[in-house]
Amino acid sequence: MYDGWKVIIGIIIFIGIATFPFLYDIGKASVPPPEPKINTPEIQKMVEKKCVEPKSFMKTEHMKMLNNWRDFVVRDGDRIYTASNGKEYVMSLQNTCMKCHSNKKEFCDQCHNYLDVTPYCWDCHIAPKEEKT
Amino acid sequence: MSISRREFLKLVGASTILGLGGLSVSTMLKNNLIDASQGLSEPSIMQDPRALTAKRWGMVVNMSKFKTEEDYKRCIEACHRIHNVPNIGNTKEEIKWIWKETYEHAFPGTEDPFLSPEIKHLPFLVLCNHCNNPPCVRVCPTKATFKRKSDGIVMMDMHRCIGCRFCMAACPYGARSFNYRDARPFIKEEESLPYDSTFVKGPGSELLIKRGHLTFPTRMKGVVEKCTFCYERLAVGLQPACVEASQGALIFGDLEDPNSEVRKILNERYSFRRKPELGTYPSVYYILG
Repeated sequence: MYDGWKVIIGIIIFIGIATFPFLYDIGKASVPPPEPKINTPEIQKMVEKKCVEPKSFMKTEHMKMLNNWRDFVVRDGDRIYTASNGKEYVMSLQNTCMKCHSNKKEFCDQCHNYLDVTPYCWDCHIAPKEEKT
Repeated sequence: MSISRREFLKLVGASTILGLGGLSVSTMLKNNLIDASQGLSEPSIMQDPRALTAKRWGMVVNMSKFKTEEDYKRCIEACHRIHNVPNIGNTKEEIKWIWKETYEHAFPGTEDPFLSPEIKHLPFLVLCNHCNNPPCVRVCPTKATFKRKSDGIVMMDMHRCIGCRFCMAACPYGARSFNYRDARPFIKEEESLPYDSTFVKGPGSELLIKRGHLTFPTRMKGVVEKCTFCYERLAVGLQPACVEASQGALIFGDLEDPNSEVRKILNERYSFRRKPELGTYPSVYYILG
């Protein structure tokens, strides 16, 4: 191999640079997983602390659900959602969801920041007022 | 072993039918089992039972009841407050849902030379006409603006609007405004409080007023907005905000129902509409007395 040492040094440098971010992180505490808080006054008051649908469903499907709600309300003019447990809710992000989850920073933003998603709900919908922490 | 063509087709047909039948039976069983195990049923959607409904909503503006500046202001303020319409203070970026217009601008082509000065200088209250044949809807490339099939309201879906402003070019009444900037800084806190506590009443939303919560969204930069005949109030059984605030100067009702209040008034008096020659069939009628 011509200039073998140059090639080998090059490979070593390349491997060093490519693996640096991973090696640098070894032993360091990773970013803790998000813990959305549900300790708002409105939720504390509830006898049965349950969301519109079961928690597992809300966790994975809330964005699709909100999308559907948007279509039902804006395009069809239907506003009442009868959940799978038989309870009725007004389909409104600003007035129903945020009434209980009045802690956007500690609820919505927790996971959205962790996953680096920036839903544009709040460009128009008004988030509840929160104490600055 | 050989099989005739006829036999083969019979066999294929029978097994297809069996297969399809079997599939649907198995999915049905599966769904039933899931429902039974969780005690859940399919979620369903319905209209609020209090909602006001009509075949085609329309409005009559009785100009004889607009005597003072205050009469106009009441209607305009009620609307603009409830809907968080910003007051930017710059005519080029002005956002308006309902506003005053001079006679020659509201009804061009009818300003006859010897028209009574009283009418000629009367400012008319104008808003989106919720046309039966809306040109804005025809040109919208994303269907962000659409005519509701149920009641003829020309709606805006802000989620879909891309801000191309075709609708503004198409609307012959100038009823649409574009958000050149974020409206939030122009909506004062006390200004955006709901003007009427009944506005947000509904299952699950009674407490909002107590918390000083705003119930109607604002609009982001880059979307077009206009009057929506207060679809959000009709949905909970309330009249539009301007009608409620007008003290009888604005009358709202179903144009397709011969017994509605608007139809009774239109039966009795001479009425006119803005630019009827364009064939847009406006739903807002004007009477002078």
